[in-house]
Parts: sequence; structure tokens; C-alpha cells
Amino acid sequence: MNLDPVLIVNACASGLLLGAFYAMAAAGLAISFGLLDIVNIAHPALMVAAAFVVAALTGGTALDPLLASLLIAPLFALFGAGLYRLYHFFFERRGDESIRGLAFFFGLMFLIEVSLLLLWGVDQQYANALYSSGVLSVGKVDFPLRMLVPALCALATFATLSAFLKLTFVGRAISAVAQDREALRLMGIDPVRIKTIAFALSVGLAALAGGALIVIQPVDSSSAQIFVGRLFAIVIMGGLGSLPGTMIAGLLFGVIEDLTATLIGPSWSPAVAFGLLLGFLALRPRGLFGAPP
Amino acid sequence: MIGFAFWRNGLALALVCLIIIAVALRAVHNDYAFFLGYIVFQYGALAIAWNILGGYAGFVNFGAGAFFAAGAYATVALNKALALPLPICVLAGGCAGAGLGLIMGSLTLRLRGVYFAISTLSLSVVLQTLIVNWSYVGGSSGAYIVRPKAIAPFTSYTEFLCLLMFVIAATAALIAAAIERSSIGFGLAAIRDDEAAAAALGVPTLRLKLLAATTSGAIMGMAGAPLPFYNSYLNPDSAFAVGYTINAMAMPLVGGTQSWLGPVLGALLLGSIQQLAVAFVSSSASLALIGLVFMGFVALAPQGLLGLFRLRRAEGAGR
Repeated sequence: MNLDPVLIVNACASGLLLGAFYAMAAAGLAISFGLLDIVNIAHPALMVAAAFVVAALTGGTALDPLLASLLIAPLFALFGAGLYRLYHFFFERRGDESIRGLAFFFGLMFLIEVSLLLLWGVDQQYANALYSSGVLSVGKVDFPLRMLVPALCALATFATLSAFLKLTFVGRAISAVAQDREALRLMGIDPVRIKTIAFALSVGLAALAGGALIVIQPVDSSSAQIFVGRLFAIVIMGGLGSLPGTMIAGLLFGVIEDLTATLIGPSWSPAVAFGLLLGFLALRPRGLFGAPP
Repeated sequence: MIGFAFWRNGLALALVCLIIIAVALRAVHNDYAFFLGYIVFQYGALAIAWNILGGYAGFVNFGAGAFFAAGAYATVALNKALALPLPICVLAGGCAGAGLGLIMGSLTLRLRGVYFAISTLSLSVVLQTLIVNWSYVGGSSGAYIVRPKAIAPFTSYTEFLCLLMFVIAATAALIAAAIERSSIGFGLAAIRDDEAAAAALGVPTLRLKLLAATTSGAIMGMAGAPLPFYNSYLNPDSAFAVGYTINAMAMPLVGGTQSWLGPVLGALLLGSIQQLAVAFVSSSASLALIGLVFMGFVALAPQGLLGLFRLRRAEGAGR
């Protein structure tokens, strides 16, 4: 074990940058799982699929990956709207969410993974941006630009999302549908319509996260598997559906994971997600900041 | 309730099937038949095991592959440490799976079912990390197992493996059928339908859920234990292959989850579709096909094949 302070400070810094990205990737899941109670385990797979599309779009052109993800996000959102309608029609309407609804999203995750494998093969995909190399150094602490730029975009996305949920009518209706569907109906708002919009938003966020992902690291068809544990751990740590909670949990998670990789070894970092997930479920299922059940 | 007659009839049926299969496979006398039989029985055992927790109690396990791999790696470790014979390794694999089920269950089964599902989903990633970092069982480069020569009454070792896997699958079916007919099965069904009501009526819900998770994990571990001998080589990628997880879930959901017969039907249907697709198209195309059939059944036939049969019979009776 290497306890050099410079090394540890650097690990914390890159952990914070990584954590901002994790928080953005988990934000969509915080909406679908936390607010809408739709356990979309295909969320990480949708993110990886978006990363593949971004890599394909930017491969031949000089298009920026983050800009490309902004361009494809509406298409993913549209797909998300259709997906929710399908889910609602076959499962939610019948009150059959628990086994078959879960199996539906698992099947979707599996199909996305296999389709990526069939279309692109087993090779890793990557995207080049102006900031792919280059480092911003503050004293002895290094901030690689390929981490810093996605992290800043993640913070901007988070701020926009929080403002949308707090300030607009639809945003407040989304928070309301999590609390009381019937009251929403009594106020003349169709809960299914609001949930469609919210789910579309969450899948659109997965596409944005995909753009950030491909800047940070190359992906392959099985990359989604490791993100499942990470993103659910963050959403649960953040207290299910609280955006500030998700942000703090994401940052904390990134730091813990980077410290583990630096101090114990990078091959152990997947165990962090699982350990935190199980630990929180066993000891504090309401998360860091969640209200008592 | 189950009594002496159930066990007598069940064991007799299993024995008759064993003899028929042994004679039929010996008559074909082709190692490919043994390989094929092994795969079908292995998936049958996995599917029946998944259904004990997933179908009877309604708790989805996304980590069947991890339980399966735990059994396989128990064999590798024991074979390297003590050179134990395979039947003992199968029991050890069962213990590994049972322990895993008990730990996962006791940490998450107090909460809503989705939390158990989410934790099992990331179980295989972390277990694979552990195995990759564990150099004793070969780490990421894998471990070789020396396959013994044929044992006395069998013409080849593959024949022995195939029949051993049938015995595991038949044991799984007997256990599942016994659970269905006992108070355990009724308790699990009550939990599936309304857990709060079941608890209020005095069903020991947590204990039953843990029992189901442990039993299901034990059978999955047993089904994985012979894998290193079957392949005579085991690495993390082959032990944690995603096909085991998707098949363990898809087979019961396609066949029907209410009875042990459902997973068996599902294993026969999906198992043969896959073998054909692998033979004539490609293995990733066969996985895509399984995914599509699985989602189609989940959305359109919630009761599976058994439900479709029952529907037809009810329509016939109504006329």
C-alpha cells in the first residue's frame, strides 16, 4: 500500500471528476427508479448504446462527442417515451411490475448488449475530442481534460435538470407523480402522460451520459454490466430520487472507487460498487439523506 | 401434503427416466449425444432452481450465472487442493451456492423484491473480480482439470457426466415438486401474492424466503460443479458466460412458473432452439433469438406455455 499524500490527493481529485460523471449517469436512473418506481435496469445499457452511436458519429467527422450526444439525446428520449408506453401497456397497467416488468427490462438490457455485439463486434470503441489529451495542473494536483470537461458538462446538466424539476410546471408534476398519483389526477393532469415525459427525460439523460462516457474511457458491448451495480448503488445511497443526494452520492462514490484503485489495485474497483450496494441495503436502505421509511 | 407415496412415485419415475435415457444414449453411441444431453439437463437444473425462488416466491434472481460459477470454481479449488472425486465436488458446489444464496438473501430479502434483484445483478461482476484476482484457481488465465479415464460401468467419461447431470436435474425436480406440495410451497405462494397479508396471517416470511434462496442457490451450485470436468478447462469468461443467467430466467418464464414442469418444458424448447441456432447461424445470433423469445413470452403470455395449455383446455371444457 502506497500512502504518498500527493498520490492520495490526486486520487481524490480524479475521483471527484469521475464522481460528477457517475452522478449524471445515475440522474436518469434516479428519475425512473427513484421518482417513477420503474426499475429500469437497462439504463446503463442504453447509456453504453448511446456511447457506441456517438463513437460511430464522431469517427469519420470532426464532430465533438459531447455535442453529438446532445444531438442524439432527443432520439433516445423519443425511444424512451415509446418504451414507457410499451411497459405501461403490458405490465404497469396490469399491476404486473414485480417479476415480469423486471424481466422485461432485463431482456431489453440483454438484447441491447447482444445487438451491439452483432453490429460492432467485440472491439472497443472510442471517440477523439480536442480535449482527449492535455492536463490542467494546479500545484501538484493534475486534472486530465478528458475527465474535467465531461465533469463540467455533468454539473451543467445537473443544474439544468434541478431547475427544470423545481421551476417548471411539468417538472413539478414529475415530482408530484412520485408522491401521489391520485391527487395529480384530481388536479386534471394525466399521470401516464407525465410519467411518459419523465421516462423520456431519463432515457435522454442516459444518452448524454453516453457521450461523456466515451470521452472518459473506451467502451465495449459488455461495459454496461459493471455500471449496473455502480448506478444503483449511487441512486440508493442518494436516497432514491433526490437530485442533490444523487450528486453527493456520486461524488463520494467516485472518490471511494478511485482511492480503492490507487491504494489496493485497479482490479478491485468493481468490488466497491457491490460492497456499497449491499452495505447500504443491509444497514441503511433509505440512503444517506433519505427520509425514514 | 406429501407422504411416502410422493417420494416412492417420484423416485421410481426418476429411475425409469434415468434407465431410458442411459439405454437410449448408449444405443446412439455418439459422444455428441452425451454432450447435448449434458447441456439440456444442466439448463433444466438451473431453470428449476431459479423457479424455486423466482416462480414460487416471486423474487427475481439475476445472478444465476454467478451461483453456477461458484459451483464450478468450488470444484476447481477442491480438485487442486485435495483431488476429490466429482460427486463430492458436486456436494461442495451445492454448499458454495447455498452459502451465497443465504448471504445474499439475509442482506437483502428483508426489503422489497427489487432490491434482491438489483443486488444479484451486480453479484456476478464482483464474484468474477474475486476469481480473476484469485491466482490459486488460475486467475484470469484459467485452470486445467485432468479428466479421468472412463469409470467402470460407463463407456466414456462424458457418458458419466451426462448421467450425473441428469441425476442432479432429477433431484432438483423432486425437490421442487416436494416444495410445491408442502406447506413451504403454499407459504411461498402466499408471499408472492401478498407478502404483508401472509406475514399478518403468521407465515414465517423471512425464514421461507431464506430457505427458498438457499435451496435455489444450492441446486445452481450443484449444476455448475461438473463444468470444469466437462470442458476440462475453466476460465472466468466461460464460467460467468451471460447465457447461463438469461437461460435460467428465460426457461421458467417461457415454460410457466407455477410448477416444476414449466422450467422443464422451457428448457426443452429453448435448449433445442439454441442448439439449432448455434449449429446453423451463430452463437450470438442464438442469444439474440433467446432474448426475443423471452421478451415476447414475458409480454404476451404471462403464464408461459403451461398457461397457454391450460387456456386451451379451459376453452375446450367451456364448449
